[in-house]
Amino acid sequence: MKTLVKGTLLGAMMISGSSAVYAGCGIEEGRISIVGNEFPAIQTVAAAAVACAGDGVEATANLTADHQKINVAGMQGNPAEYTSAIIANSSIVALMNEDVIRPLDDLIAEHGQDIPKNQLITINGKVMAVAFMANAQHLAYRKDVLADLGIEPPTSYEEMLAAAEKVRAAGASEYPLGGAYKAGWNLAQEFVNMYIGHGGEFYQPGSAVPAINNEQGVAALEMMKSLSAYMNPDYLTHDSNGTGAEMEAGNVIMMNMWGSRIGKLQDDEGAPPEIASNIEVGGPLMVGDSGTPATTLWWDGWTVAKNISDADAVATFLAMKNGISPSILNEETMGQAVWMIDGYEPAPVNQGVFASIAAGSTAYPMLPYHGLMHTALGNEIADFLTGKEDAATTLADIEAAYTTAATEKGFL
Amino acid sequence: MKHKTFFWFVLPTSLAMILFIALPIVSVVMQSVYAPHEQVIVEVENCDIFGCKKSTMVDQDATRELREAEPLGRFVGTDIYTNRNHLATSEVGLAWQKSSSLRDFFSEIMNLPFYRALAFTLTFTFVVTPLVLILGFIIAVSVNSIPSILRGPTIFLSLLPMIITPLIGSLILFWMIDSRGIIGTLLQQLSGDPNLSMKASTPLTWVTLIFYGVWHAAPFAFVVYYAGLQSVPKDTLESAMIDGASRWQQVRYVILPHLVPLTTFIALMQLMDNFRVFEPIVGFNASAHAQSLSSFIYDDLGGETRLLSSAAATSVLTIVGISVLLAPVLVRTWREFGRTKK
Repeated sequence: MKTLVKGTLLGAMMISGSSAVYAGCGIEEGRISIVGNEFPAIQTVAAAAVACAGDGVEATANLTADHQKINVAGMQGNPAEYTSAIIANSSIVALMNEDVIRPLDDLIAEHGQDIPKNQLITINGKVMAVAFMANAQHLAYRKDVLADLGIEPPTSYEEMLAAAEKVRAAGASEYPLGGAYKAGWNLAQEFVNMYIGHGGEFYQPGSAVPAINNEQGVAALEMMKSLSAYMNPDYLTHDSNGTGAEMEAGNVIMMNMWGSRIGKLQDDEGAPPEIASNIEVGGPLMVGDSGTPATTLWWDGWTVAKNISDADAVATFLAMKNGISPSILNEETMGQAVWMIDGYEPAPVNQGVFASIAAGSTAYPMLPYHGLMHTALGNEIADFLTGKEDAATTLADIEAAYTTAATEKGFL
Repeated sequence: MKHKTFFWFVLPTSLAMILFIALPIVSVVMQSVYAPHEQVIVEVENCDIFGCKKSTMVDQDATRELREAEPLGRFVGTDIYTNRNHLATSEVGLAWQKSSSLRDFFSEIMNLPFYRALAFTLTFTFVVTPLVLILGFIIAVSVNSIPSILRGPTIFLSLLPMIITPLIGSLILFWMIDSRGIIGTLLQQLSGDPNLSMKASTPLTWVTLIFYGVWHAAPFAFVVYYAGLQSVPKDTLESAMIDGASRWQQVRYVILPHLVPLTTFIALMQLMDNFRVFEPIVGFNASAHAQSLSSFIYDDLGGETRLLSSAAATSVLTIVGISVLLAPVLVRTWREFGRTKK
């Protein structure tokens, strides 16, 4: 779950993994300490950054799925423990709210002219992060099963339901649908997708006042419940790993899945070859008639901490820049993500994310109070799916829980 | 003891208690009556790799001034305690006025997160604690009566559930009760219902958590009782036997009275532990069906936006809850102590 790797060790791994250019990275002195999520693409970036360790340059990376629980605390001290946090468009907000990351404009002017402009994330005119990959949820399906039954890969959740009924009727799988519906963050994310897909807005315009108790909210919940009828009865405990395992076991035929995780489904670990080779990606799923896909776009990028010395900031900037340099791309790393890096050649496994971007999907909301909304959603939706209450009550509960939390935090 | 000697004798303990118990409690209480400042929100334009769009952000400069003026935050008194995510006083009042029957009232109350969590926490505490006491006692008496050559291995095996890290223990059981796991499949076969899922139903999840709680804590009670059994006065037992007491009568009239102080001790520890139930909820991914006060604190601190005041308020409420639970036992012990001194 947690990997705390010293620079030398990772450096050695990099040498054996690729013959990339990393020597020195042009850093004279300083401390580099990275905190971030743990999946292959981020491991690649962190390894290349940590490889800059050397004379007078200390570099470590702490990659863990629990990074959000430690990054703010680890950057609030002075000097901050972490000099860089690798974050996504949802989690940068927590760092912005606590004012622990610094604008990068001066560092870019001096050391980063070669970073392509489209990778720079600007908030209120200041560059606050450098993105290196894009991600989105989209359809993943078993092409052999659908082809056998003469079913076209679904493009909308309505078609997915119809297809699921056919698969079940044909006896190919009792629970043909999957999804990361684990109560908490994952379940909330599925609602965010579905609500945006129905054309919903989360807040009253220009304020933090919630506005989800409406027709679109009810429709989104009802669709989630209809889908859950075709899922493994334990679906409220399945996160992306859990539902991915169900697909690798041959039980799940169709699901909405993260682009960054498809590679793991198709590789030769876990699933037998006849299943792995038949897992195919589709585009983002539509729902209702809003014309907006029921998915959100994500980027992952790196930041530099505010409470560190200038030398450490420069060292961190240069090391992270090295971490996302075109030299990290090789045969093995190419398919790990939809890289925003020059020299990236899209692989078939990444088509789903590209299709999601092309279809005009919405980026996940980057609002200071949306984290509270996400938490409230994750805590309350299960009550509706388990049949304890109706959709309107659940939506009212979500708004009430969010309002209480947002009032405490001073947003309302 | 002289006053001076006594002072130096208790000084280290008192210092440690002030530092590690009293001060943290004061700090938690302080944090629970202060909340973060009103956030100054500004409209901004954000550009990412997918394009530019209007958004909002916290105006750090304006917020910093507020922060520096009042570093603790804004004083909110008991607002956090009474808000909907905690005691929900106004919601409870409203439910009382609105509902036509007690049943209605309770279903309204059970929709409020704090009371739902409290319902589970109390159920867990009051079912697990007596079961642990009874089971631990039965195991101790049984182990005590088997031939001594077998005792060592038996004790070791009986202790295993307690040795296993709670999170790991619950994860193992979690996989076994999966609808495709060994116990899950067995239950489906036994009940004849292929759709039976332990994890999908709230009552079955509660049963699982309680079962796990007993399984995990029974060895603790067993060890304590077993140690107690070694000190049962042999003469009294022999006299009882000579008087013709049956095995049951020996247990009832000699052993049980001897073990009462230990029972109080185990009950105290178990009440405290069970009221703080947390690991099984995480291990069993049970948050959709069961929440406890501790899991609330974890959620508040683990989300993308941390709710420190809310977590502090829940902590204080947990302390209050434990005090209320322990009060009867403590009062009784106090009285008994006073009696023996005279």
